Amino acid sequence: MLELINVRKTFNKGTVNEKVALDGLELKLNEGDFCTVIGGNGAGKSTMLNAICGVWPVDAGKILLGDEDITGQPEYKRAKSIGRVFQDPMMGTVADMEIIENLALAARRGKKRSLGWGVTSAEHEKYYEMLKQFDLGLEDRMTSKVGLLSGGQRQAITLLMAAIKKPQILLLDEHTAALDPKTAAKVLELSDKIIADNKLTALMVTHNMKDAIAHGNRLIMMNNGKIIFDVSGEEKKKLKKADLLEKFTMVSGEELDNDRMLLSK
Amino acid sequence: MVYKELVGVKKMDGILEYFGSLDPAVFVQSLPGNIAQGILWGIMALGVYITFRILNFADLTVDGSFATGGAVTAVMLMNGASIWVAMVVAFFAGLVAGLVTGLLHTVFGIPDILSGILSQIALYPINLHIMNKFSNLPIKMDNYGMVFSFNSENLNIAGLLISMRDVYMAIIVAAVVAIIIMAVMYWYFGTEQGSAIRATGANPKMAAAQGININLDKVIALALSNAVVATAGSLIAQYQGFADVNMGRGAIVIGLAAVIIGQVIGEALFKKHFNFIVRLIFVVIGGILYYLVMGVVLWLKMPPEDLKLFTAIIVAIFLAIPYLRNKSKTSFKRVVKMNKKNDEREAADNA
Repeated sequence: MLELINVRKTFNKGTVNEKVALDGLELKLNEGDFCTVIGGNGAGKSTMLNAICGVWPVDAGKILLGDEDITGQPEYKRAKSIGRVFQDPMMGTVADMEIIENLALAARRGKKRSLGWGVTSAEHEKYYEMLKQFDLGLEDRMTSKVGLLSGGQRQAITLLMAAIKKPQILLLDEHTAALDPKTAAKVLELSDKIIADNKLTALMVTHNMKDAIAHGNRLIMMNNGKIIFDVSGEEKKKLKKADLLEKFTMVSGEELDNDRMLLSK
Repeated sequence: MVYKELVGVKKMDGILEYFGSLDPAVFVQSLPGNIAQGILWGIMALGVYITFRILNFADLTVDGSFATGGAVTAVMLMNGASIWVAMVVAFFAGLVAGLVTGLLHTVFGIPDILSGILSQIALYPINLHIMNKFSNLPIKMDNYGMVFSFNSENLNIAGLLISMRDVYMAIIVAAVVAIIIMAVMYWYFGTEQGSAIRATGANPKMAAAQGININLDKVIALALSNAVVATAGSLIAQYQGFADVNMGRGAIVIGLAAVIIGQVIGEALFKKHFNFIVRLIFVVIGGILYYLVMGVVLWLKMPPEDLKLFTAIIVAIFLAIPYLRNKSKTSFKRVVKMNKKNDEREAADNA
């Protein structure tokens, strides 16, 4: 489904701030994989997602999605088959536009934007039913500006937007990190439901080891721009937090330096 | 002592004389002209609104493209074109100017303000060339006639659309053009393409994630904005009876003044119901209010060469109002004052 072959990316090449962010990254996701990603600060987790989205071109390597080589495609072209939810709830929606307008923008992902109406009347009903499943009361506020919603509600809308076109891959970049624990749990539950209902392939970066273990069928750990640990299936189900910490120290030869990961319960 | 008193009396006399010399009839006479100009500059401000508010891009190209609109109109008319052809060419000349700014910004990565300034500077000699090196060209209604007029006998389908010599017809024509442009903008920014431009301006990261080509959309918005501005330049050149290479100087500030005055007043009046079409209407109303204020300033016999200074002051005031009003709701001083009051009351209660 998704394949990264020897992907390399160095930031600030030739300066004192040179940083090798992706160092020959290899990853192959199968169709229907829900893979969680953990790792220390600067391990390359978000960089990997940005490489997949095409925020910038990679220095070397190949990115295959579906049966297509997307390495040379700019961000807006790839977007047709990629759904994204950012860490910052403000990032995934336009605050000054209505809920329904935001959904309509997402529903036209990968389509040429024509001079037809930005929101058609047929869409009202469709989105109403979709939002109703969320059970957040958003279906009755479809013409409210997204800026009036809470962070959790905005992430829920962003999730729906990311999934609305049934993307080949859904990328979740610490999408619950900015939410309070209760809301975070609810948004995670929603993510699980959306991924299962639509049978999506997904990559979820998280700093919460418990979440990383509890969700998905596969877990990868990153360090210095490489995947250092990859576990799936039955083996993943038996995984404990202590195992992950030990694994990290063993493979990387250093202590896990991400306070957020260590402190999260 | 005596001398001082004498000066005082003289000053008093001067002030009385000054107020005595202000004739309300003169102000009333200037009203229609100010309203016509206000609507015309309001049309220009609709163009500024596309970049400044919708695209979130402070585009300074307009000082140049506004004059381009006037220059193209004057030259086309002189060469025998009808006003309709002249205005279409002016529209497209503005479109190209905006396109260049957009390409400077998106293809060459030049920051927004700077790419606008570069276009503006480049347009000055270009406008001079368009006008065949004349810095000023007349657009005489006597030569061309008028398409619509209450008082001209020379009615001509190829003639001028608008002139200050027929100010009441000028108000009607300007209002109709403004309504047409507002209607088209209302429709366009409700389409898939227009919504994508709005998203690009408000949240480029989100727009890119939704598969919107944000660079293309920026170029489209800049081109459309400057096309509207050049159309306004064409109308104002017809209205004043000449095109001048300097007519766009400070246009951006007047455009911003209209946008901001309209927004502050519209928000105060409409609050939650301040939707897109009302916003557009209030941009034009902002233009009218601006010219009414300028009318008062001129009527008070302030020196005309200081007009741009007053414009800057008015824009600064209206920009400051929303900020200061927000700040007055929560201020460091106020909370300290309130705490002090509460403490005193408590102390009084305890005693």
